[in-house]
Amino acid sequence: MLTLQYIPYSEVGNLGSEKKIQKLLRVVQEDKIILLEGRLANNEKSELIRKTMEQIDDKFKGIEIEELDIDRKDKAFLEKIKTVLINFIMGSRRGLTIIGPASIIKEIKKDPDKIQLFTEESKRKRK
Amino acid sequence: MGIFGNFLKKFLKALFAKKGNVKLGLYGPPNGGKTTLANKITMDWLGEEMGSVSPIAHETREIQIKEQVTIKSKGKELTFSLVDTPGIATKIDFEDFIKAGLEEKEAKTRAKEATKGVIDAIKWLDDMDAVVIVLDATKDPYSQVNITIIGNLEARKIPVLIVANKVDLKKADIKKVQAAFPQYDVIGISAKYGTNVDNFYESLFKITNK
Repeated sequence: MLTLQYIPYSEVGNLGSEKKIQKLLRVVQEDKIILLEGRLANNEKSELIRKTMEQIDDKFKGIEIEELDIDRKDKAFLEKIKTVLINFIMGSRRGLTIIGPASIIKEIKKDPDKIQLFTEESKRKRK
Repeated sequence: MGIFGNFLKKFLKALFAKKGNVKLGLYGPPNGGKTTLANKITMDWLGEEMGSVSPIAHETREIQIKEQVTIKSKGKELTFSLVDTPGIATKIDFEDFIKAGLEEKEAKTRAKEATKGVIDAIKWLDDMDAVVIVLDATKDPYSQVNITIIGNLEARKIPVLIVANKVDLKKADIKKVQAAFPQYDVIGISAKYGTNVDNFYESLFKITNK
């Protein structure tokens, strides 16, 4: 059984990077797949990778992570200005991040506007 | 990092600064061909290899440095310290190494060393003057590892060149890599066979402003 846990921005937005990462890793280590509202900053993502590496052992194999950017890159000039303004106001709240334990999620494919999530079972079926 | 670690880092930094060298890092996911490229560079300009390569991921698990590499192109000269880094990954499973043919003990040791290697590679990002991201052109370029490395370099204003490696393979798709990172120069090469490496060397002058 797969468990998805939605984490709204309001739940992590006020946390510092360290506490935010601790919280995300704690949920992932409970074998849950996180749907996080918003995106992590680049330094938070590298810190998440670093912390993940520190915790890898025989049981915990690491994480799979992917984010969905809701901003289309091929839009008109006025739309781009609008996006810049919205991003300025909303900050890292825009978009969606999926983080899950590597023991459950074998692969996440982004192409680039949709996300496909392959679990251990779906990968076996593909073969 | 402890007091000794900080001192060592400052000492090494001062040592490099004295020599006026550019620190050129090779970064990317595991098995992209970083060490194959490092070997190509050092064979071409120093006549010696830098590290061992393997089809099993995470062969490079420690930072490798080759100092005073001087390349020449069109009358110009560039000297740098070449830093080959362990592949950055979000997961490391010792069972993958067992499937690749290693004994359990060896696989577990490799996994442990690989996790440390990833941590070191991330730490060293701050120390680079320019970075070559080595990607396997047959693989999906839209991975969070790639995006995270490039995003961190961008935030630190460190110049980046993207190499789409393994163009000798049929599945290689340079255009897909270019589409994923349109703001960067992408050079398609085969580090193994030396395809297009002259263009790669020329691009190194560009990212280091030489």
